[in-house]
Amino acid sequence: MSANRWRHAMDTAGAGARVKPGISGRIAPQSGRGASHTRSPSTPDERSRLQRKCARYLAVLVILLAYPWLASDFFTFQIGAQSLVLGIIALSLTFLAGYGGMVSLSQMTIAGIAGYAVAIFGHSAVTQISLAWPWWLAALIAVILAVVAATLIGLISVRTDGIYTIMITLAIGVAMFYLTQQNYTIFNGFQGFSNLFPPEISGVNLKDPMPFYYLSLCIALVAYAAVKYLVRAPFGIALQGTRDNARRMRALGFNVAAHRIAAHAFAGLLAGIGGVLLVWYNGRISPGTIGTTALINVLIIAVIGGLRHPLGAFLGALVFILLQNFAIDLIDRERFNLVIGGAFLLILIFSPDGLLGLWRRVRGLLHPARKQ
Amino acid sequence: MKPTKIYFSATVLGMALASLNATAQDQDTLKIGVLATLEGALTVSGQDGMRGMELAMRQHDFTAGGKKIEVIRASSTGQPDTAVNAARKLVEQDKVAILIGPLSGSEGIAVKDYAKTQPGVVFVNGSSAAQETTLKDPAPNFYRFSTDGAQWSAGLGTYVYKDKGYKKVAIVAEDYSFPYAQVQGFMIEFCKAGGKVPDKQWVPLGTKDYSSVIAKLPTEIDAIYVALGGSDAVNFFSQYEQSGGDKPFIGGSITVDQTVLSYKGKRRDALIGTPAAGPTADNWDNPAWNKFVQDYRDAKFDNAYATPGLFAHAYYVNTKAVLAGLDAVKGDVSKLGAHLASMTLDTPTGPVKLDENRNGVANIFLTEVAKSDDGKLYNKVVKVTPDVTQTLGLSKEEFEKMGFGTRTNPECK
Repeated sequence: MSANRWRHAMDTAGAGARVKPGISGRIAPQSGRGASHTRSPSTPDERSRLQRKCARYLAVLVILLAYPWLASDFFTFQIGAQSLVLGIIALSLTFLAGYGGMVSLSQMTIAGIAGYAVAIFGHSAVTQISLAWPWWLAALIAVILAVVAATLIGLISVRTDGIYTIMITLAIGVAMFYLTQQNYTIFNGFQGFSNLFPPEISGVNLKDPMPFYYLSLCIALVAYAAVKYLVRAPFGIALQGTRDNARRMRALGFNVAAHRIAAHAFAGLLAGIGGVLLVWYNGRISPGTIGTTALINVLIIAVIGGLRHPLGAFLGALVFILLQNFAIDLIDRERFNLVIGGAFLLILIFSPDGLLGLWRRVRGLLHPARKQ
Repeated sequence: MKPTKIYFSATVLGMALASLNATAQDQDTLKIGVLATLEGALTVSGQDGMRGMELAMRQHDFTAGGKKIEVIRASSTGQPDTAVNAARKLVEQDKVAILIGPLSGSEGIAVKDYAKTQPGVVFVNGSSAAQETTLKDPAPNFYRFSTDGAQWSAGLGTYVYKDKGYKKVAIVAEDYSFPYAQVQGFMIEFCKAGGKVPDKQWVPLGTKDYSSVIAKLPTEIDAIYVALGGSDAVNFFSQYEQSGGDKPFIGGSITVDQTVLSYKGKRRDALIGTPAAGPTADNWDNPAWNKFVQDYRDAKFDNAYATPGLFAHAYYVNTKAVLAGLDAVKGDVSKLGAHLASMTLDTPTGPVKLDENRNGVANIFLTEVAKSDDGKLYNKVVKVTPDVTQTLGLSKEEFEKMGFGTRTNPECK
């Protein structure tokens, strides 16, 4: 793609947003704000808004950094770190679905491929299969394999749309599940691998709650920033163009399929990194980790959080983990899954855009003048 | 971004919840966490396990060692990672002093590994029956008053060779750790007696079509050892019948259960005489067992079975061990572990004590399918093998040399 084309794409997308914000829907607030952002903030109103935004970011960052010092080990590790790790995997789906318009159910499969790669190339309890290479090499190979797998899945699925994409990626996910369950020479079948722990770096054992939380937090922040950056970069704008009107983008000279495959590859990178963290978190991987329930859980997380913004993935993961852990305390019976299901249903009934949409709606009611 | 505030408030909410639970601790109550599988394919088993636990607790009026007991339940899906998450919640968040669970084999191994990181908490098994849990790198604070899958096969190999006269047996089993252990337990005795196993076929869980398995079975065999569970077993039996097979069967511990016994096919009578072995036997005529069955029925649980299942029994025995232990140490959890390791527990299936790896040494029942007067099939107790150890009569060195049961271990072709 030449620089000219990128600029053209940005202009088109931005102009589209300004001219008819109602029709171009989701893309409008994003790109509109992105466009205003590229210019230096001139008016005092804009400047103060930017300042407030910076203050908010800073506040959240401080809270996230201070969190493990305030919370117990359980809340640091099982709630905090697990939400961040699942959030990273869900973020890959938020990126694909929210900005690329491709709902892929195989994101957990890609994470699982990375996880299995960590187990096969690194250390595990299954010594006859694991190659026991150094952890960084195993992790690197895992992420590379995840990106390759995601690209291949992208190649297969980009020529489909809507429900067919879901079906194809679901089929791939389920096929992978059965492959890992029935193959013993590479995947160790039903049992999978155990004792997959994160490394110790200069005396800090990443397995401990606090170091692992900070590791997940760092990676989550980088992933979040990367998605935020990418969706405003020319590539991201063009991707949103293909989501909103693929035909028009094609007519403008964009290679729609190539954009979508690249989006899959990037999502694969996120999911792969998330997958490495996930096996480090669990210390094990078995076919159940990438079973149908797990595939759908990622979709649930992304949807209840909200697909409009990368934050939704983490928000959804936090709510999901809290429900999963504490729903059984609300109903002390064998019916607690009802609470989980009910909560998801309520969120989606009252806000089809997930929790973020709910927040936007509340804010709109409180400050009607500022509603965009 | 405004939405970040939600994240913040959710975090605060979470922390508030944490402090809330931490303050609700009382000197005279003791928290016991119970972990079973209440989601996924093993839900029914998990519910039966919970019934067994509840029965033991009710018999003790939810008090032990002068303290009131608060039971906190948690659920896993049968996957080891969910079991560890649930255990971690019980221990670190709900601050239980004792944890009973989990239900299935690989969960047990995972929870045992977690137990090592929590030396102050007493972990007592639920019904998980993997060999590795207590044999390989055991946790000092994990106690199992139930027995493992290999122990459950005790007595079977010798019986089929000597009394039934089967010299050559083919094996059809599901492809995961529990059947590996069962097959190992069977083969140790069977091979020692002089039997041969020319062919082993491992099928994935949930296999529906056994035609290729049946076609590959060698013809010059005397019987087929079948370690399949639930509908897999029914599918195999009916397809074997349809393909004209006529060899007798030998059952695994979970193979010949009520679903199989209520089988209506033409070869129904061929099931008569099928031997099997396991930690419980429905029709054992023994006062303690009969009382247990009666108590279970009198408790009037929802959706309960006619007789307590294997899982109810295991959870009952392990809960009973905790309660008896607490009584003996007067509610002092720090002394509980040492007492559990040395005590002998009276259970509905006879006395249980622990070996040096804190694994149960208990009675195992050898049963055979028989036809009652009203034409129903049931499992008749043939023999009770007392004090079955985890090494199945081998010395520790011999057993270590052999290693755990796998697809190819042991072999005697």
